[in-house]
Amino acid sequence: MLSIKNLQVKLEEEDKEILKGVDLEIEAGKVHAIMGPNGSGKSTLSYVLSGKDGYEVTGGSADLEGEDVLDMEPEERAAAGLFLAFQYPVEIPGVGNMTFLRTAVNAQRKARGEEEMSAADFLKAVRARAKELKIDADMLKRPVNVGFSGGEKKRNEILQMAMLEPKMCILDETDSGLDVDAMKLVAEGVNALRNEGRGFLVITHYQRLLDHIKPDVVHIMADGKIVKTGGPELALEVENNGYGNILAEVA
Amino acid sequence: MAEAALKTSTTEARLARLALPEGGWTAAARKDAKARVEAMGLPDRRDEYWKYTHPDTLTQADAVPAALFHNDEAPLFGEIDRIRIVFVDGVFDAEASDDLVGEGLAIERLAEQSADIHWARDLYGALEARGQSPVERPLAALNTAYATDGVLIHVTGKASKPVSLHYQHRDETSDAILHHVIKVDAGAELTLLETGPAAARFNKVMEVDIADTGVFHHVRAQGRDHERRAATHIFTRLGSESTFKSFTLTANGVLTRNECIIELTGDDAIAHVAGACVGDGDFHHDDTVFITHDAVNCESRQVFKKVLRNGATGVFQGKILVQPGAQKTDGYQISQSLLLDDDSQFLAKPELEIYADDVACSHGSTSGAIDETALFYLRSRGVPRAQATDLLTLAFLAEAVDEIEDEALREEIVDRLAGWLERHRK
Repeated sequence: MLSIKNLQVKLEEEDKEILKGVDLEIEAGKVHAIMGPNGSGKSTLSYVLSGKDGYEVTGGSADLEGEDVLDMEPEERAAAGLFLAFQYPVEIPGVGNMTFLRTAVNAQRKARGEEEMSAADFLKAVRARAKELKIDADMLKRPVNVGFSGGEKKRNEILQMAMLEPKMCILDETDSGLDVDAMKLVAEGVNALRNEGRGFLVITHYQRLLDHIKPDVVHIMADGKIVKTGGPELALEVENNGYGNILAEVA
Repeated sequence: MAEAALKTSTTEARLARLALPEGGWTAAARKDAKARVEAMGLPDRRDEYWKYTHPDTLTQADAVPAALFHNDEAPLFGEIDRIRIVFVDGVFDAEASDDLVGEGLAIERLAEQSADIHWARDLYGALEARGQSPVERPLAALNTAYATDGVLIHVTGKASKPVSLHYQHRDETSDAILHHVIKVDAGAELTLLETGPAAARFNKVMEVDIADTGVFHHVRAQGRDHERRAATHIFTRLGSESTFKSFTLTANGVLTRNECIIELTGDDAIAHVAGACVGDGDFHHDDTVFITHDAVNCESRQVFKKVLRNGATGVFQGKILVQPGAQKTDGYQISQSLLLDDDSQFLAKPELEIYADDVACSHGSTSGAIDETALFYLRSRGVPRAQATDLLTLAFLAEAVDEIEDEALREEIVDRLAGWLERHRK
């Protein structure tokens, strides 16, 4: 589904190389996790895949179902089925959460040549998803992420994911700033969206999120590269021994 | 000396094109206003008060022609049950207008004034004359002297429906001068709506006298991609516990100068004045506000937001004057612009002048670009750049638009803004 080959990226402003040849294959229906110490390039990978400005791809490729996503505008990547749940979701005063969601859903449908969703159908769908994710109806009426707690922001990301139904979901350190209960709720939301046709890339610092979102494959990233790949036991090893041993092993 | 002579000749040339309506109960006020405008002279670009806006095309003898404007938008406020009054190039259109009757109010036309005593006699030109200090406003005095028509509305109770003034433009060289007087009695309430480009050149004054506990709501939409030039003035005096709320949407127009002069003379009065403007290209828009707090425990708000693109210019001059004894004043003033490119500019002159010691007054003025982080967030969800920019632009304007209390009116204005933004996407 998502095929990343020898991806090399540098920061435009600083002329600093961040990703130094990332290789990753994520199949439909699978959950891959990427762990790694700070500064290893995890968030950069998620931003580059979603099309954020400020990064220059100097080599390699990233294809989603055979289409080169690096050539697309951010909105085209979204319409192609890519979704990034942000580590720090942006607050947008003045834009209602519902307005934003409906605009996004219909923009994607339009881009794919599908019929736009009527107001009534949208309302019905969003209410049902919000209920599943234990999102208060009031939250839908408020401006996007404004005044939301950390947990509410993350649940709002998962609500967007549920409404947009992407093929490939990237979660960038979704556990940061969440207490255990909030993390459980978010993980439940993600697990509810797991299906055979959808791939997940879960970026995380800690193993604890992976207690709730069971990965199929775990990768360790360091210094802009995937240095080790294994099963869920790799995350446990990191939890128990830190990154030291693994990094020493691959050095 | 040469400058003074130039000013005099400009004023003489302009006044020579105008005829002073004679007789009736406005005669004394008109004569007085004519003398005042002659003494002041019409403004020119050397006047400090016109530093950011060149008044030449507002003061020269003839109006610069403005091409007739056609668009297929449904008329604003069309869904609202209202008393519709139509002026075409500044001339009342009886056929297109509703009967001038409504519960809780009496409406008459300035042009049909009787020779005898009239309730508006003590108001016509009175608030305008008071508003000439400390800053001269000669275009308003010119209006008082030479206005050809307008409405006189006496609000005696809670008006059963809004009054809506529609200004239409059918003559490319029209030069219209309208003067409205509104008197809101104690406990009475009116919503006044205004829409339309009016004329190639438009000079309008509205004087609003609000008695104790009276309420006046005002929503207007002007410009709408029209080439017209306009100078408008609102002069308002508020009694105790009264309310004045005015919102203006300006969507293009080559030159627009809106002045609002408010006096809070009764305790516990509330005055809110707000504006949202969107400008493209050779658009020049100027909001100039002067609010005087002269009573205890009054509240004033000024909320102005401008979106400028393709070299458009926005101006804001706003002042809060707190007189000695106007304790517990709560004054708020914000003027912000969103510049969508490097060619556009926003010129702001916010001012506070405070002579009381127990007040809360704040002001702020900013210029900025679209928030790229928010833009990326929206795009990452599949919203195309242009649509995302419009969403953020509407969000930027929201604080001003939210000053409109009535939900239906607010939605109409938001729809109109959204339509304009869509039409003007690059």
